[in-house]
Amino acid sequence: MITSSYGDIIREGLWTNNPGLVQLLGLCPLLAISGTVVNALGLGLATIATLVISNTLVSLLREHVRPEIRIPVYVLIIASAVTAIELVMNAWFHGLFLVLGIFIPLIVTNCAIIGRAEAFASRNSVPRAALDGLAMGVGFTGVLVAIGALREIVGQGSLLDNAHLLFGEWGRGLRIEIFPQEHGFLLALLPPGAFLAMGLLIAVKNLIDARLEARPIPTATPEPKPAQP
Amino acid sequence: MARLVVRDIVITTMLLGLFAAIGTGVVAWVHSGTEARIAENRLAMTRMRVTQVLEGLDYDNDPVTDHHRVGDERLGGHDLPVWLARHEGEVVGVALSAIAPDGYSGDIRLLVGIDATGTLRGVRVTGHRETPGLGDDIEVERSDWIHTFRGRSLVDPPIELWRVRRDGGVFDQFTGATVTPRAVVRAVRNALLYFEEHAEALLALPPPEEDAVLTIEPIMPEIPDHLAPTDPLPEAGGAEESTP
Repeated sequence: MITSSYGDIIREGLWTNNPGLVQLLGLCPLLAISGTVVNALGLGLATIATLVISNTLVSLLREHVRPEIRIPVYVLIIASAVTAIELVMNAWFHGLFLVLGIFIPLIVTNCAIIGRAEAFASRNSVPRAALDGLAMGVGFTGVLVAIGALREIVGQGSLLDNAHLLFGEWGRGLRIEIFPQEHGFLLALLPPGAFLAMGLLIAVKNLIDARLEARPIPTATPEPKPAQP
Repeated sequence: MARLVVRDIVITTMLLGLFAAIGTGVVAWVHSGTEARIAENRLAMTRMRVTQVLEGLDYDNDPVTDHHRVGDERLGGHDLPVWLARHEGEVVGVALSAIAPDGYSGDIRLLVGIDATGTLRGVRVTGHRETPGLGDDIEVERSDWIHTFRGRSLVDPPIELWRVRRDGGVFDQFTGATVTPRAVVRAVRNALLYFEEHAEALLALPPPEEDAVLTIEPIMPEIPDHLAPTDPLPEAGGAEESTP
């Protein structure tokens, strides 16, 4: 694999190879937990932590892990990291822990994580692997929060509802009411709403990509060509 | 050749065992560091709910540490925790756990606070999977509906009016959702009936022994309420259901 620059790693994770929109990995938590911004952000942060830890450890150990047992070892690393994160969340973010429920242990099964361990971390240096984990995690969280915001606004007319679960008591003030809840569009909160929001986001991304591609590259030729004689 | 393979297998196995041991060690270490706080959180959660449903009662013990287990068909389950509020040793109120088995999507778990005279002090939903935006108005955070039970008893309203309005009773249903409030009303009524039948036994439950190890009864595990991955279609207002 060609060593990619740090800029490339960031760009890949956030946009060109986004786990949520391009690789379409980890859809189960993405669709199930994106009902509100706070839930999405909570699961996103836990996923970022898992990705960074697992990528770093996998990269650290890449010389010592024999290829035959690499997958079980990755699974062990990821499972241990997730269990530790789950315990920490249970202790310090109990309200959020109760809301996210089964989806925290299920981070283990988020294919984006083992996917990055195998595809990137096992072949790259520790700082690169950690950065890749961070970029992929932030990319994933971004999609999660975008879908969460879309569904929360359409479904219950608010933003950052229940923010105190994540930020403590002062978070109660963060709630923004856009319109009264009775006028919410229920479908957005139900599972089909997640698929619709997801589809919209992918469409928007493809649209932007198509625009970017169609546009002539301005930076490559800063000097105008000399006029024809 | 054969020896080499065996050696490889042994090394690989040991390596895998080592990783397993390290992983387990890390988890055990984090567990020991968070254990106390997690227990504290659960206690705080239980205390909050129990205190809410015993609101207004004059008690001088700590109900969270004064609990027993009871079970009855009327409560919807067996081996359910009950917390006791005492004043100078006399039981003045109980917080019963009750399960409404006929919610729109599965069980609705309730905590029902009843004082010694059989009057409701408060009801709280501790777990459910009702449709978000329709059935979840039974949560105290979302609407005041659950407060309508306060001060009610088996004579107020009379037992035949312990129903939602659609069924000819006195309790409001929600717009577009009848099944959920109906299930809650029925479960609360059944909890009151259970209390009436067993009042003597409940009020005579012994306090925890002085030197007993303090045990905490966790509230029934909460079902995450803001997600319902297996949630079916939104509840229809006119959903047919027989009322006993």
